This record gives sequence, C-alpha cells and structure tokens, in this order.
Amino acid sequence: MRVEVKNIYKKFNTLVAVNNISFIIEKNKTMGLLGPNGCGKTTSIGMLLGLITPTSGQIFIDGIKLEPKNRIRLLSLMNFASPYIELPKKLTVKQNLEVYARLYGVRKIQSRTCEMIEDLNLQSFINKKTGELSSGQKNRVALAKSLINKPKLLFLDEPTASLDPDIGDFVRKYIENYKKNNELTILLASHNMKEVERLCDEIIMMKRGEIVDRGTCNDLIKKHGRENLEDTFLKIARSSNELE
Amino acid sequence: MNWNKIFALSLRHLYLIKGSFPRILDLIYWPTIQIFLWGFISKFFTLNSSFYENTVGIILSAAILYDFLFRSSISYNMMFLEEIWSRNFTNLFIAPIRISEIITALTFTAILRTLIGLVPAALLAIPFFGVSIFKIGTPLIFLLVALYIFGVTLGLLVTAGLLRFGPSFENIAWASLFFLAPLGCIYYPIEILPSWLQSVAKFLPLVHIFEEMRNILIYDMINYFQILKAIFISFLYFILGVAVFYLSYSGAKNRGTLINMGE
Repeated sequence: MRVEVKNIYKKFNTLVAVNNISFIIEKNKTMGLLGPNGCGKTTSIGMLLGLITPTSGQIFIDGIKLEPKNRIRLLSLMNFASPYIELPKKLTVKQNLEVYARLYGVRKIQSRTCEMIEDLNLQSFINKKTGELSSGQKNRVALAKSLINKPKLLFLDEPTASLDPDIGDFVRKYIENYKKNNELTILLASHNMKEVERLCDEIIMMKRGEIVDRGTCNDLIKKHGRENLEDTFLKIARSSNELE
Repeated sequence: MNWNKIFALSLRHLYLIKGSFPRILDLIYWPTIQIFLWGFISKFFTLNSSFYENTVGIILSAAILYDFLFRSSISYNMMFLEEIWSRNFTNLFIAPIRISEIITALTFTAILRTLIGLVPAALLAIPFFGVSIFKIGTPLIFLLVALYIFGVTLGLLVTAGLLRFGPSFENIAWASLFFLAPLGCIYYPIEILPSWLQSVAKFLPLVHIFEEMRNILIYDMINYFQILKAIFISFLYFILGVAVFYLSYSGAKNRGTLINMGE
C-alpha cells in the first residue's frame, strides 16, 4: 500500500504535536520514523491509524482518503504492534488470536492462527494467559496479532523495545523474512538505530512535531558527516533548530 | 452490521467469564446478598405494614428488578473498563469494527453477565422467601426489556464519560445508579416524593416500571400502556446515550486519548 501524508497538523489545546508534515511511503517499502521522545511520532502513527483526528491535512492510503466513511475498509488492511499496548491479559494466547482473527474478518481462522503460532514459535505457551507471559513472549504474540489479517500496511512502534538481543534479533529477522514473502508496507518507529538501519529503506527524522530530515540511512549519515545512524540521530536531536 | 465481528467481541468477554471461576462467583455473589437482605426486610414489612399485608414480596420483587437494572448497567461498564484495565483499548479501536458493532456487542454480552448473576438469586428467593418474580407473568418480560434498555443506556453514558474523561471517570460508573435510585421510586410509590420532584421523576422510565410492578402485584391490574410508555422513554434515553457515546468517541479522537488510555 502506498501512504501519502499531506500537510497534517495536530494541535492539542496549545501544544502543536505535529506541525504540517508531509511524506510518502511507497508500496512495499519500510519507512523509519525517528526522533526524540515527544517529537510527534506516536501522534503521527495515531493519525495514520485513524485514532487521532488531525486538526488539518489529509492522509491517503492507496489513494483512498482516510476518513470515517473509509475507516473500516482501510483498517481491515492495516495493523499495529507496540509494546505499550497489550492484549487482554486474562485470555490465553490462542483465544486472543482467535478473537482478533474474527475481528479482522480472517476467513480461515484456524489455519491462519496455526500458521502464526508456528511461524513465531508460540506453541509452548499457546494455552497460557497472555498476562502471564514474559516480555519476549508477549512481544511475539503482539506481532502475531498484528499479522493475523495479513496486513498490507503495518505500523510498528518500537517492536523490540525491552527484548533481549536474541529475541530482538528473532523479531527483526522474522519481519525481514515476512516482508520478503508478502506485500507489506511498514512504518517503523524505533529508538534502536541498528534496527532502523537493518529494516528501513528510508527514514524520516522528526523533532518538535516537524520533519527535520529525511532520506536513506546512508544518505543521512553521509549528509551529516557521521559514522553511523546513532551519531546522526544524536547530531540532529541535539541541534537547535535545524530544519530540512 | 457485521455479526461475526459482534460475536468476536462478545467472545472476548465470554472467554473472560469462562476462564475465571472467581469472576462467575462475583457475578452471582452480590445479587444473592442483595436478595437475602431485601428478602428479610420484605418479610418484616409484610408482617408489620398494612400497605403490604396481603402482598408478599413487593419489596423483594422491586429489589430483584432494581438489581437487574443495576447489573445490566454495571455489566456494560465493566466490559468497557476491562478493555481499559487490560490496555487493550488501542487494539480494539484500530480493529475494523464499527462503533455501532461495539455498542451492539456490549449490549448483548451485558445481558448474559446480568442473567448469570440474577437468575440464581431470583430462583433462591422462591424457596427462601416464597417470592417468585415470575408471578408477574408476561408483563415481566416487557418490564425487563424497559429496565434493560435503560440499564444499558446508563452504561453507555458512563462509558462515554470514560472515553471523554479517561479511567478517572470509573468512580462515576459505580455511583451513577445510586444517583437515580431515589427518583426511580423503586421501593415506594411516587406520591412519597414532593410534587415538584414527582414531575421530574416521571421523565425517568423507572417510575413507570416500578409503579406498574406494584399495580400488578398489589391490585392484579396490568396497564400495558404504562409499560409501553416505560419502554418508549427508555428507548429515547438509549438513543440519547448512543449520540453521547458517538460525541465522546469523536472528542476522544480529537484529544488523542484512544491511543494511550490505560490503567
């Protein structure tokens, strides 16, 4: 799916959370959304998910305007995973996947659920309550939920936050492989620069609600004369008022 | 309306109930305690009040009906609060499900939670106090319908408040019904209220429902017009509740509270 964001602006009372940003994510590409805490990443994702109404501006997904009348149609092709939101804790993993498969109108619920269980190695805790899982297990379940409807557009908010390196690597590898074999556009918000370098085709750098830079990882590193993306991020985040 | 999605959302709450015996016990415990408490009070009044002397269990019947209202409203609120407590709010609102489907799913599931709690209590009242709510007969169904619509409406208004003000509105959820109870004339005739308050009370379906219940039990008279009036008023409030819920949802989208609402 191609995502086009046109001049979206969001103001909460007196706070401008997102200030007139525009960008395009081409079909099947992964866009990284970077920036310091409070720069407007979550608000931007919220607007793209239809959870937050922009004060002004428009969002088009595959040319379809994101507005209430198209909400259901577009949401059924999208999904979201974040460690900051959870699935019902008292339901087992299997029950959660079944409920969400039904909510997303998945046709062969049993086979899709089994597929996700197998792919993400959930077998050993499938009948455990989701609230009783470790962070790594919860994270994989959240990823399974986010892919249960075979989304064409996936939003990932720090998908490997608080994971040990081994599970973090497993998740990254899984996303890479999944993307190779499926049509999928991803918007990834992360503070893990190695992850961003590994997964993203392009990056948007945000600061104080505005886009301050964009390009491929290599382009940005080169442009700012740094060794790696982490240093580039620090340079941009610490600079006073640098706009693109 | 997509009934599969409505079923999915109901299933989420059914799994929750099924998976926890303490939860089922909690659903049954409070109505049962309520029935026993009012059963003894009712027995006392039956023996000592001329108004009630030939009519066993009016107060207990009122208590059962009021508890039905209370449980339906609380069940509705609880299911919404469960989403907040489990931090599942964002997942729910990014799923391709319409607000009308969420309202429908909660409405249908609330009846199940209500019945799990109330049926055992109502059945216990028969052997223990010799009071059967089922004696009201066919009109009971209509009275329950009116109560249920109004209970769900109160639940809707509280959930709209939760959307608008966040989890801090939770306390209002518990207090909402107690606020209306004095005006509802649940245990006493409307004439007890000061005349100006009677006019206000008549805008609530509760007055018509409980007046009619007393008519049936005391005078053995059924006034279907009164019952239909109660259903109609309840339904008007329900439409208002739905409108308020949509407004709150829209407000929550403007304020961005749907993305980070949690305990």
